[in-house]
Amino acid sequence: MRIVVAKPGLDGHDRGAKVVARALRDAGHEVIYTGLRRTPAQIVATVRDEDARFLGLSSLSGAHGHLFPTICQLLRDEGLDDVVVFGGGIIPDADRPALYDAGMRAIFGPGTSTETISAFVAEASGRDDSGVGASGGWVWEA
Amino acid sequence: MTKGAPSDRLSAARAGSRRDLARLLTDVEDGRLSASDLFEADRPLGRSIAITGPPGVGKSCFIDHLLRAHASEGEPIALLAVDPSSALSGGALLGDRIRLSSPDDEALSERIYVRSIATRRSSGSIPSVLGDLVQVLHGCGWPLVIIETVGAGQSEVRCAAVADRIVLMEGPARGDGVQAEKAGLLELADLVLVNKADLEGAERHAAELRESLALDGPDPADVLLMSAQTGLGLSEALTALRTLEARPGSERARARERLANAAEARLVGHEDYEDILARIANGTLAPEDAVEVIWRGE
Repeated sequence: MRIVVAKPGLDGHDRGAKVVARALRDAGHEVIYTGLRRTPAQIVATVRDEDARFLGLSSLSGAHGHLFPTICQLLRDEGLDDVVVFGGGIIPDADRPALYDAGMRAIFGPGTSTETISAFVAEASGRDDSGVGASGGWVWEA
Repeated sequence: MTKGAPSDRLSAARAGSRRDLARLLTDVEDGRLSASDLFEADRPLGRSIAITGPPGVGKSCFIDHLLRAHASEGEPIALLAVDPSSALSGGALLGDRIRLSSPDDEALSERIYVRSIATRRSSGSIPSVLGDLVQVLHGCGWPLVIIETVGAGQSEVRCAAVADRIVLMEGPARGDGVQAEKAGLLELADLVLVNKADLEGAERHAAELRESLALDGPDPADVLLMSAQTGLGLSEALTALRTLEARPGSERARARERLANAAEARLVGHEDYEDILARIANGTLAPEDAVEVIWRGE
């Protein structure tokens, strides 16, 4: 599976993104890491050009409420409805429903095991309602 | 999602759909499609340049300048950035984009296509389908393709099987010139760039490389000093790349790599490849017998 792991916005903390990228590699996936401080448009162009099936977004700066839904919308605008989007970082529980409504399928907070993330990728890749453009509102529950 | 025949996808990619181009490349990478399926005898024309050298020497940083320079002059340029797959998990961490600056300027980014490629089953520095990926890009309006390959050593030479030109990137304090010669690439390089020329030891290393190259005979490859970081010598390096000619005498070595690449493609493309690996690993099949089985096409 080709997976893009991206750091949107002005957030320089990428330890988590790197650990997740490494864990997904060890689970047999091809992981493209964008590096820091990418704009939503750059991230969507990367997903398109790399023909990635999954997009993992990491944010620890508090800007997730704006950046994550913007990226989901841009993906749909590009016709990349089948891309599965998940997120991680410091995302308060109260913020999560809005992100799920925007098309994200999982949010992983601190303490999530890498096995859980791999299990999510396996489950979501077998479903046809996991893409960012799918209706039905399927969300991963560990 | 775009569906349909490869030819529809090819038309869409030619008309500028990067999503269709990306999906064509995936089909080729996964072995569902080959360049000959798409183009038959009408092989698309273009130029490919491999930029290779040891890890950390500054290849991605230099390539970032190269992509921008071409795109700003209105020329499309594509990059296939190759990184190794893990032999244990089969996964790969493709990190070349970290050092690429992805321009926000839409006109520039429209002329730059970057694709990260894992080596997958190949033992060499490039996956066996790389030549087909280059062909597909040429056929979809990307006449210039840069191939970035990682690492150093004998396996690096494999990029000669695909690329029209080979640029070797070196840095300061890389040991004496013999270290570079040992890797086997020096004899194939059409141009040598010694990066990080702002650091101590770069000039001495360049001199050693020139000395080694001069022993190979007349008309050796140029050795240029540059710094992708400070911009020193950068425009000279970019100009040299633009007009780069293949060095005479490398045909035999290139043929050798093309042959090895074709043999490996057949090996790793065999339907029982994983099973054969497992049997060699548990001692029930000798590698020599496995080669016999694969060669006979059983």
